[in-house]
Amino acid sequence: MHIHFLDPYQPRLSPVHRLDPRVKFVLAVAFILTTAITPPGAWPVYILLLAIVLAVEILSDLGVGYVLRRSMLAIPFVLAAFPVIFTLEGLTVFSLDIGPWMLTASQPGLERFISIALKSWISVQAAIILAGSTPFPDLLVAMRAVKVPRLLVAIFGLMWRYLFVMVDEAMRLLRARAARSGHADRSDLKPGGKLVWRGRMAGGMAGSLFLRAFERSDRIYMAMAARGYNGEVHSFALPSLSPANWLVLGLSLAVLLILLIISILIFG
Amino acid sequence: MYSSIEVEKLSYSYPDGHVALREVSLNISPCEKVALVGPNGAGKSTLILNLNGILRGQGKISVAGLELNEKNLGRVRACVGLVFQSPDDQLFSPTVFEDVAFGPLYQGYPEVEVRQRVKEALAVVGMSDYVGRVSHHLSVGEKKRIAIATVLSMKPELLVLDEPTAGLDPRARRSLINLLRELPITMLISTHDMLMVRELFPRMVIMDEGYIVADGETLELMENEALLSAHGLEKP
Repeated sequence: MHIHFLDPYQPRLSPVHRLDPRVKFVLAVAFILTTAITPPGAWPVYILLLAIVLAVEILSDLGVGYVLRRSMLAIPFVLAAFPVIFTLEGLTVFSLDIGPWMLTASQPGLERFISIALKSWISVQAAIILAGSTPFPDLLVAMRAVKVPRLLVAIFGLMWRYLFVMVDEAMRLLRARAARSGHADRSDLKPGGKLVWRGRMAGGMAGSLFLRAFERSDRIYMAMAARGYNGEVHSFALPSLSPANWLVLGLSLAVLLILLIISILIFG
Repeated sequence: MYSSIEVEKLSYSYPDGHVALREVSLNISPCEKVALVGPNGAGKSTLILNLNGILRGQGKISVAGLELNEKNLGRVRACVGLVFQSPDDQLFSPTVFEDVAFGPLYQGYPEVEVRQRVKEALAVVGMSDYVGRVSHHLSVGEKKRIAIATVLSMKPELLVLDEPTAGLDPRARRSLINLLRELPITMLISTHDMLMVRELFPRMVIMDEGYIVADGETLELMENEALLSAHGLEKP
């Protein structure tokens, strides 16, 4: 039993998939930075950014629906910005009476919240396109190429490698539990056990999973040390970027820069 | 006639389209001990997981006269004592007691009866002194015995084991074989250990590529070296 559904990579033959992973990584980070720095309330710029990300979604053959479904993951995190509505001073939009408290929503607060929500949603889509169009090992190579600390890249790589092993292990535990979750042949007994007991069992399973992960990491380290690992990750030099890739990189960065300058000049 | 387990034309394909079982039929009488052999990927584990409805294929399965369906699923799971290959999967609770008690507690038995069943099950596998131990620190052989106790405590109709002797040292293997010989219960055991098959199991079922290719007396089938080698097996 193996779990593949976690892997976000969707093999396609689109131009986005064929683009060098280093270019894609830099562009995705630059896009997310641009979105983050754009001042709140710069609605036309948001629309342009959204248009860019939607265009890339279509170009990448991943399907707009696929990316939008996955982008719903951002919603819970957006809620963290919710208090901003009530904490910024300004024109009152509406007031809420909650017992002893009086919450007053201000116009700048509301504007800030909607901006943050839109910006996170657009950024998450860029990240989804990157992960969906680039195999994870290529992404690691790209991170190394743009000088993300090697140790960090090594940690990402190991995490990715063993995440699947862990999920497999968890699934096997759950299967073993299901196999013993039987019913008695007496109708006066109610199967399922008490809620507290079920909680205890689930806790025990989580604990044993943690212990095993811990032990496995020890074994992996020993296997690495046995093959000469000394804390330094070595790798081949990467081929240089083709002119076409340089062109895409340069043009896209220029577009993002122009968008950023406009948004700061007009809305900042 | 009453059978411990009755499998009729069971077929199973994995979600990726790989066909693992093709019209498998199998009948095991009470207290019969049957070995299931065949190369890796033959479908042995898939068949075992179908027996208590962890996987659901097409075909008919009855355990102790109970047909496997949505309504009977819980009853069938209690009747089929399935022991997984890795005892680490089987033993998911902090202590030996809690693990052996899991089945009967889930079934809803009162505490007195659960304690009694745990005591009996551990006594049968010769591990009574381990009741308060932490499963995590046991040896593989000890874990194997505890894993068997975790299903015996449900008083199953039949015991199904997946490669019980894999990874055991000779002494632990010997003591496990002795334990299996003495258990008065129907058994279906998937294994690569042909020596154990010859010693312990009068009946042998050979699987390959999702088919049951032979089903008969062990000693007779073991003489047919052409059949064994055609399915990646060796005469012990």
